[in-house]
Amino acid sequence: MSETVVKLSDAAIRRQILADFWFYFRQNRGAVVGMWVFLGLVVLAVFAQVIAPHDPTQQYRDALLTPPFWQEGGRIEFLLGTDAVGRDMLSRLIHGAQYSLFIGVVVVSIALVGGIFVGLLAGFFGGWVDTVIMRIMDVILAFPSLLLALVLVAVLGPGLTNAMIAIAIVYQPHFARLTRAAVMGEKEREYVTAARVAGAGTMRLMFKTILPNCLAPLIVQATLSFSSAVLDSAALGFLGMGAQPPASEWGTMLAEAREFILRAWWVVTLPGLAILISVLAINLMGDGLRDALDPKLKRS
Amino acid sequence: MIKFVFSKLMYLVPTFLGITIIAFGFVRILPGDPVLLMAGERGISPERHAELSALLGFDRPLWVQYFDFLGRLLQGDLGNSLVTNKPVMTEFLTLFPATVELGLVAILIATLIGVPVGVLAAIKRGSWFDQVSMTAALVGFSMPIFWWGLLLIIFFSGILGWTPVSGRISLMYYFPDVTGFMLIDSLLSGQKGAFASAISHLILPSVVLATIPLAVIARQTRSAMLEVLGEDYVRTARAKGMSPARVVGVHALRNAMIPVITTIGLQVGVLMAGAILTETIFSWPGIGKWMIDSISRRDYPVVQSGLLLIAGLVMVVNLLVDLTYGLINPRIRHK
Repeated sequence: MSETVVKLSDAAIRRQILADFWFYFRQNRGAVVGMWVFLGLVVLAVFAQVIAPHDPTQQYRDALLTPPFWQEGGRIEFLLGTDAVGRDMLSRLIHGAQYSLFIGVVVVSIALVGGIFVGLLAGFFGGWVDTVIMRIMDVILAFPSLLLALVLVAVLGPGLTNAMIAIAIVYQPHFARLTRAAVMGEKEREYVTAARVAGAGTMRLMFKTILPNCLAPLIVQATLSFSSAVLDSAALGFLGMGAQPPASEWGTMLAEAREFILRAWWVVTLPGLAILISVLAINLMGDGLRDALDPKLKRS
Repeated sequence: MIKFVFSKLMYLVPTFLGITIIAFGFVRILPGDPVLLMAGERGISPERHAELSALLGFDRPLWVQYFDFLGRLLQGDLGNSLVTNKPVMTEFLTLFPATVELGLVAILIATLIGVPVGVLAAIKRGSWFDQVSMTAALVGFSMPIFWWGLLLIIFFSGILGWTPVSGRISLMYYFPDVTGFMLIDSLLSGQKGAFASAISHLILPSVVLATIPLAVIARQTRSAMLEVLGEDYVRTARAKGMSPARVVGVHALRNAMIPVITTIGLQVGVLMAGAILTETIFSWPGIGKWMIDSISRRDYPVVQSGLLLIAGLVMVVNLLVDLTYGLINPRIRHK
C-alpha cells in the first residue's frame, strides 16, 4: 500500500483530491443545481452584448412601461416588457448580471487577500501583533455591515467603486479571523516544524507551508461573502448609494422602479427575482462546498 | 462568575474606544472638509468657513477635538443635529422605541417559527417536511429583503388591500406617547380600533425584518438538534425506555438550545442592518430611516452619533449574549 502512495506524482495526487471533491460535491443535488445556474449567469454576463436583444440604455419612446409579451398590450420584441423610460427589461437584466458578478469577484478578492494577509500576520506572529490586529477587526465587526458600508459610501461619495471598497472593508475581518484561527491550529504541527528545521524562511513558512492547509474554510467563506456582496451592493444601489443610474445594476433598477410598484409589476418583480436567483444559486453552491471540504461532515 | 463578567467587560473597553475613533474619524480623517460637506452644493464664503470652523471647533488639533468629543460623550452629550438643531440624543431616544418595537416583534416571529421548524426538521430528517422547510429557509436566507418588502406591499396592500403601506398607526388616532411602543400606547389610550390599527401597520414590516433571522434560526436549530440527537446521552435516554417526546423535549432540546440562543442574540446586528432597509420601504419612523435621511441630508453629527450608538448597542447585546452563554453553559465560564 505504502509503495503505491510513494509512486503517486504531485499531479496524480491533485487529480485524486479533485475527484474526491467532485464526488462529495455531487452528493448534494442542490449544490449541483446551484452550480449550473451560476455557470449560466457567468455565460450571460460574459456574452451579454451578444445575447441581449437590445442596448440596455436605449430608450424606446413609443414603448414606455410595455408589459411582458404574454400580457395584453405586450410586444414580442420586448419579451419581458420595458421600464418607465422605454428600456428593454430583458436586456437590462442580462447586463445586470455583469454588475453582480463583477461586484462579487472584486469584493471577495479584496476582502480575501486583505483578510488572509492580516490573519496570517496575526496567527503566525501572535503576541501584540495579534492583539492589535484582532482588536481592530473586532471594532469593524461591531458595526452592522450594511450601516458601516453605507456611511463609508456617504463619505467617499456614492458610486459602484466606492460601494465595492466599502463592502470589502466590512467583510475583510471574517477572512482575517478564519485565517488566524486556521494558522494557529496549523503552525504547531509537525510538518511546519520540519519545514522550519529544513531552513524555510518566514515568508515561505507563512505562504507556502501553512496557507495552503488553511484554505478550505476560506473557500466556503468566500462563497458566502460572494452572495452577501451581491445582496449588499444591490441594497446600496436600492438606497441610491451604489451604482448610479442609468447603470442596469439590479438594486439600482429596483430603486428606479419603486414608484411604479402598483402599476407595473414587472419592473419591480424581475430585478428582485434576478437577485434572489443568483444569491440562492451561490448559497446552494456554498452549502455543497462546505459538505465537500469539511472532513468532519463527510463521515456523518 | 464575577471574574468571567469582569474579563468580558475589560475586553469591551478597547473595542468601544475603537468604535469612538471610527465614528469620530470618519468625517475628519477621510478626504473632504466637514464644513464644506455641511455647506453642501451652495458653497460657502471663506469668512463664514473660518467662523463655522471656529464655532464647531474644527480649527483645533485633531487629538484635542477627539478628547473633547469623548469627554462630552461620557456626559451623554452627542451634539446637535445640523438640520433640526435638536440634541442628537433627544432625537435618538424619540425614534428608538419604534425600532425596538419592530425588532422585538421580528425576533419573536423568527424564534417562535424558526425553533419549532428546526426541531421538527431535525427529528424528521430527510422527510418532505425537512426538505421543504430547509429549502424555504435557504430561500429566506438569500432574500433581498428590500424587494421582499415591495412584493408584500404589492400583494397585501395593493391587491388585497388588507394592510396600510406606511407609518405606525392610522392618522385617525391620536394619543400621548407613554412608552413609545405603539402597541402598548394604543392599548393604554382606550380608543376603539387603535390597537388593531397599530397591529396592521406593524405586521408587514416585522415579517420582512424577521425573514433572514427566521431562516438562520431554523437552519441553526436543525443542525444543533441533529448534533445533539447523535450524542450518547440521548441514546442512553432512549435505551432507558423514555418516550420520544421526553427524549426530544427534555434531553435533546435543552442542550441544542445553547448555540441557538447565541444565534438569536447575534441577530441584533442583522436586525439593525435590516431595519435600515425595512424602515425605508415602509416609512417606519425609527433609527434606520433616521440614519438614511441624515446621510442624504449630510447631517454629520447625527450620522456620527447614530453610528456610535448603534455599534454600542450591538456590542452591549453581544456582551449580554456572551454572559447568558456563560450562565447556561458552565464549560465556557470555567475555561
